[in-house]
Parts: sequence; C-alpha cells; structure tokens
Amino acid sequence: MSLDFSTGDPRFAVDRPALIARLSVVLPADALLTVEEDLRPYECDGLTAYRCLPSLVALPENEAQVRAILRICHELRVPVVPRGTATGLSGGATPHPDAVVVSMARLKKILRVDPFSRTAVVQPGVRNLAVSEAAAPYGLYYAPDPSSQIACTIGGNVAENSGGVHCLKYGLTVHNVLRVRGLTIDGESVEFGSAALDAAGYDLLALINGSEGLLTLLTEVTVRLTPKPPLAQVVIASFADVRRAGEAVARIIAAGIIPAGLEMMDKKAIHAVEPYVKAGYNLDAEAILLCESDGTPEEVAEEIVRVVEVLDNSGASEIRVSQSEVERLRFWAGRKAAFPAVGRVTPDYLCMDGTIPRKRLADMLEAIEALSRKYALRCANVFHAGDGNLHPLIMYDANQAGELERAVAFGAEILELSVRFGGTITGEHGVGLEKIDLMAEQFASGEIAAFHRLKAAFDEDGLLNPGKGVPTLARCREYTLARAGTAPVTFVAPKS
Amino acid sequence: MIDTLETLTENWADRVAETADRGGTLAIRGGGSKAFYGGPELGEPFDVRANRGIVAYEPTELVVTARAGTLLNDLQAALAEQGQFLPFEPPHFSDLATVGGMLATALSGPRRQAVGAVRDFVLGVKVLTGTGEILSFGGQVMKNVAGYDVSRLMAGSLGTLGLILEVSLKVLPLPAAEKSLRLTMDESGALDRLNRWAGQPLPISASAWHDGVLTLRLSGAVAAVAAAQRTLPGDALADDEATVFWSSIREQTHAFFAGDAPLWRLSLPSAAAPQALGATLIEWGGAQRWWRGGDAQAIRAAGAVVGGHATLFRATDAMKAEYGVFQPLSGPLLRIHRKLKHAFDPRGVFNPGRLYPDF
Repeated sequence: MSLDFSTGDPRFAVDRPALIARLSVVLPADALLTVEEDLRPYECDGLTAYRCLPSLVALPENEAQVRAILRICHELRVPVVPRGTATGLSGGATPHPDAVVVSMARLKKILRVDPFSRTAVVQPGVRNLAVSEAAAPYGLYYAPDPSSQIACTIGGNVAENSGGVHCLKYGLTVHNVLRVRGLTIDGESVEFGSAALDAAGYDLLALINGSEGLLTLLTEVTVRLTPKPPLAQVVIASFADVRRAGEAVARIIAAGIIPAGLEMMDKKAIHAVEPYVKAGYNLDAEAILLCESDGTPEEVAEEIVRVVEVLDNSGASEIRVSQSEVERLRFWAGRKAAFPAVGRVTPDYLCMDGTIPRKRLADMLEAIEALSRKYALRCANVFHAGDGNLHPLIMYDANQAGELERAVAFGAEILELSVRFGGTITGEHGVGLEKIDLMAEQFASGEIAAFHRLKAAFDEDGLLNPGKGVPTLARCREYTLARAGTAPVTFVAPKS
Repeated sequence: MIDTLETLTENWADRVAETADRGGTLAIRGGGSKAFYGGPELGEPFDVRANRGIVAYEPTELVVTARAGTLLNDLQAALAEQGQFLPFEPPHFSDLATVGGMLATALSGPRRQAVGAVRDFVLGVKVLTGTGEILSFGGQVMKNVAGYDVSRLMAGSLGTLGLILEVSLKVLPLPAAEKSLRLTMDESGALDRLNRWAGQPLPISASAWHDGVLTLRLSGAVAAVAAAQRTLPGDALADDEATVFWSSIREQTHAFFAGDAPLWRLSLPSAAAPQALGATLIEWGGAQRWWRGGDAQAIRAAGAVVGGHATLFRATDAMKAEYGVFQPLSGPLLRIHRKLKHAFDPRGVFNPGRLYPDF
C-alpha cells in the first residue's frame, strides 16, 4: 500500500540531483542512501499500514553532520523527517515523498552517566533500555518504560512524550528529561531546559516533549535517573465482568493508593496472550487487573495489604500476589507481550491510543464491544487503567477487501468517543499521520491555528516533518463537514 | 453563575481586543501576592479575580479544574477535605494568592525536589489570547499528547502569552506519614550527603540547609518513613515545629529572608559545588540555592558556569532594571521567545516586559 500525499498536503519542488550533490559533500558515502532498494526499509514506521518511499535517507554520525544537512535542506527548501528506530505507532516517522529522512541511528553514544547527580547525557539514537542498563550498576534506572523499550530511542521518546506502564507513579518522558540539545531547521544550536531543575524563560522543554519532530532536531538529551526500588510485587485480580474491574480501578485511587503500575486486559487480550506467554492468567475472567507496588519491603508490604483489601471488596473472583521476582516478571510478561500476542492471532491490527477519565473505563469497554459487532471486526483491549489510557487492538486482514477501511472507521469511532467522554485521541503514541484528521474532533479551529503559529515560531517554512501532527485548517473543515453528514468521510486513506 | 462567568470572560475578550486596537497594554493582576516577581507591571491594571471557583473536582480521577481567580487557599482546602493536595507545595506569599498567579509564576515549594514542579502537574488550560480568542489546550486526563503542550508552556510565562482563565491540575493523595529530621553539617558535607541520599530509595520530600544546620523531611507510607528514620542520622522534630519550619521556607518568612538585601535564586545542578557568594540557604537537595546581597554579576556568572541560571527574585526596581530579573537568553532562544509571544499576543497587550524587557 502506498500513502497518498497529494490531496491538500504540503508538497515541495525538490531538485533531487542537486540535493544529492550538495549532501554528498558533507556526508560520507555510506551516510547517504539514494537508490530504491536502500530506501525501501525506511518506507514506514510501526504504523505499517502507511508507507511512502522517501526521496533520500541521511545517516549522520555527529551533530556537525546533522547541522550541515539541515543547512542545505533549509537553503534548498527541502523537507526533513527525523527518525529513530521507527517503533512509533502513529506514523510520525513515515517519510514524506519529497523529504530527506534523517536517521539518528548512528548517534547512539551514552556520553555520560553520573550517579552522583543522577543524570545521564545521551545521544538521541540511544535505546531507552540501554540507558537503564548503563545506570544499573549504580542502583539507578530511567523510569519511562514504553513497551517498545528494547528498541525505541530516547530521541523518539522525547519527540512523542512516551509513557509506559509505570507513568502513573513515575511520570511521562516530559517529567524525566532535564535538558535537550537540538538544532533549529536553519542549523542553529539551541538548548531547552538545563542541567538544573528548570531554565530561564518559557518552558520550551515542555513544548519540545511530544512535538513529534515538528519543532527541532534533537542531538543530545540529559535524562533524570531514579533510584531502583529495592522491591516490587504485583497483584493479579480476575473479574467476572468488566464493569467491576473498571470500578476497582477507581476504588484503588480513591483509597489514596498510587500504584507503580495499574493495567487491565480484557478476555480477548487474555486469550491471545496466555497460549503465547503462559503467564498464568485466568482464562475464565472477563477482565484482569495487574496492580504493582514498589518501594522498600516495608512500604510494599503495607501497600499490598491495602490493594488486596480493595480488590476483594470490589468483587474480584481471584486474587494472586507474586511471591518472587521470577513470578512477578512472568505476570508482567503477558501484558508486555500483548501486542505481539495479538499479532499472532490476526494478520493485521491497528492499535488505538485514546485516554479517558478512569470512571468511564467500563462504558468504553461496552461501547467497543458494540462497535466490534457493528464493524464485524474483533478487538482485544489492553489498558493502562491507572491513567485511563486505552490500547484497543482492532484486528483485521489487509488482504480482505474493505477490512482496513472498516478498521480505520472503527478506530475513529473509539477516539471520537474518547473525546466525548472528556478524554483525548492520543495518550502516548502521538498524532502523527494516523490521527491527524481526528485532531478536529478534539480542537476547534482557533486552537489549530494557534498550533500552526507556534510551529512557525520554530520552523517558518514548515520543513520539519510536514503533514504530521496538526491538520491544515482546510482539512479540519473537510473533516467537520464530513462528520456533520454533508460530505463523505475520507480519513488519511492508506490506498492499495 | 456559569452563564455570568461566561459573559464575564467574553466581555474580557472584547476588552482585550479593544485595548489591542488602540495600542494599549494590560497588567494582569490577581491577588498581587507575587507582584514583586519579575519585571515591572506596565499597562492598565486588569483585575481578574472575579473569574473564580472550582469547575470540577473528582477525587478518584486525581484531577481538579479551577478558574484562575480562585484563591489558592480555597483550592487547597477543597483538596484537603478529600485527603488530597497539590504535591508541588506552591508558595502563597499572601492569603490573596490565586490559582492563576500560581501557574503564571510557576513557583514550587520544598516538595519540588521529590515530586516535580507546577508544570509537571498541569494537564490543561483555558486562556484568553492577545487577539481576544478563548482557547483550550490539554485536558483533564493524565496522558494526552494531542497537539503541542501549550498548557505547560503557560507555566512560568508570567501572563505574557495570554490571560489564564482556567487550569486543570493533577493532584495526589496526602502522604500517610511525615517526619522531619535535623542535623548539624557544613555546606559541602550537606551537598554531598543530599546527593548521595537522593540516589537511594529514601522518601526524602524536602531539604533545607542554612548556617550549618540541615533539615530533612520524610514523606510516604508509615513503614517507609519509619524505616528511613532509622537509616538516616539526625534528631526528629516535633510535628508542629516541623510544619512551622517548612512553612517558613516555603513562604520565605524564615529569618534568612528578612531584611531589604536583594534576594537571588540560583537554580543549579544539585551536585554543583558550594558557591562562595555570601549568605546562602539551600533547598531541593542542592538544586535551589538562595543568596542575600552579593555581587550581581558574579552570581549571574556562577549560575551559567555550572549549567544553571540565576533570578533576581526580590530587589528594588532600580536593581532589577540594571541587572535584569532573569538570566539572559541565547540569541536563538530569544528569537523563539519573541516569535512565541507574537503567536499568542501579536500586538503585545499582556504584561509587556514582565518576563524580559524585549517583549
């Protein structure tokens, strides 16, 4: 499938041979990919339904090369699409047909781990888990742990403001990054945040986190390291109906408990996972909750007693507490493998990412069940229940005519409902290409226009990651008219 | 009530547009508790306290939404009733302090070292821009990455990007137990210990060193506080004495803050060595250091050398004008600041010069 970038999206008149000639001067021969067979691996990110061959791929090894690429692209008005390991799920790194994809994969040095100040300075291509591994000898780790942490990079984490299963207690990327060094589109060095806890002026660091590569290219990140809790234990509770499971989540919070992780899986997810991982989940349950407690042994013991009591009072049909680190990891293995497990039982799936107020969890699950019937597609649900972030996995077969379109429409309805419930279309995966039309569901034209003005404050010519994150106002109008029933709905359509 | 307030903010939108049309400026004012902070208040005084009240509060969602004119005291009382609080422990500096001023100044109290700052708890805002538009950003949920994070950008913008009308904040349950400890220690010893302890899983929620005395506060589960108290040196303070002490640090009523000498705030990497600049009080495990008097240029330079920055927190207008309140920005950053200001307040209606003299 290819992606149609021609309808109303920004296009750029690029003299490709001239561009190659200029870039060849500043990059080593092996750092510039120009032929189709080399470009092909870069045609998509984790959102594989959307593909587009880039014009060129550059693989800089240092900041000076990144600066040189940007200066040339800025001068020649060539768009730039930054890319880490492309594990993103919203198409944030999907190439633009006129763009140079700038892969940060070779900027992967851990420059410094300082246990005394509990910080690490890393290049953007360093993998999330590699930071924690480098900090481990000092009893420290990098707290945000997206499920893709083995592969995803810190640069990508900052770009998407990634979360994970522990962010209710330990925060998102924005809460764990102190400083970002980067380059503006015209190649000037900028630093957001500082080695201290704050910086002078506007909080641009907060703005850069989650800016999806639309504002600057990152070249260096200082992250905060957290002392590793001496002990963690997880409680698994099984429920005979999803409403009770949803209510138990609210009751845990109401009891004044902030668990280190609070996850929910429905029956379809459990049944996909259990044969694959053998985590020991209850196959009769309609939903299970995983509730983790961490800290000192005294602290964990105190909290586990309270959690078990709340779950018991909430009507859990079965409650188990991990009795060893091996067992804790096994209980988590199922949750962590949920996406690949679902991938085994369906040819393709779309992963949604709405967030809703916790009290609507059960309503949402029931609504998804109804939508599943309406679109005749299966859906497994994996939720970061503690912070209301949903990952419904809509299963489809791209080789069956119409299934992808139905899956996209199904997903859009879930996200519209998320907004109506008082939530958002994306909790941690980003808007990218995937949800760009749905931005009109959440924001009015005034906010969209403000986003464009903000973008222009960093990138006046709109060269950084064009066509992502924020829809054009024309596109918002089309979407709104379509939803009002006066025009046909056309989502960013992956076309055959 | 809601209709009235909506009419009110619509009238304000008209006033802003009208002021912009005639090239005027507005000085946004809440309770005036932090009017001393930042550059001078220039423009027609614009009292925004009528826009007050808690819009929504659901303890099980850990989210509260309040209008900007709400008294900080009222918001905190409503949270306390449900056993919750604003974890960043914002300073009031007066009973008149408002929620809007808290966000606009983004000042955080002693607990900042353990839980994060105001901006870390901001989930959404409603603002009135310099073009008279009422815009909403972010939302009322913990995880939300749709659109740029304009909500957090408002934290510390000193009203220069728009008039904050409403803010949604993440809140947390009050800690089950707290205990404060006090020990005698010199400055370099205190900085060394504070950094080492911060690398261990200890529930230290606040720290203050001044004049050879280090005070620590532990917060968390009953068992965790008791265990840490056994591990750490120092004598326990009586609970009421501890409450008074931490309040005096947060509200700057401690003897260190008395008198008319200029007050500097240095935000430094916590591990930065002692700075020989004069009388000092150290907070946030070494990351926030206060100075009285001293050589302004030396203080500014000291901040920059170790990767931090210095703020002339309290001083005469003349001194602020001479040295500037905030650390000067690099050329590229200043350009971005000017353009952002232009994006939200193109005709420079709100609080000109309050953050930087340039805009």
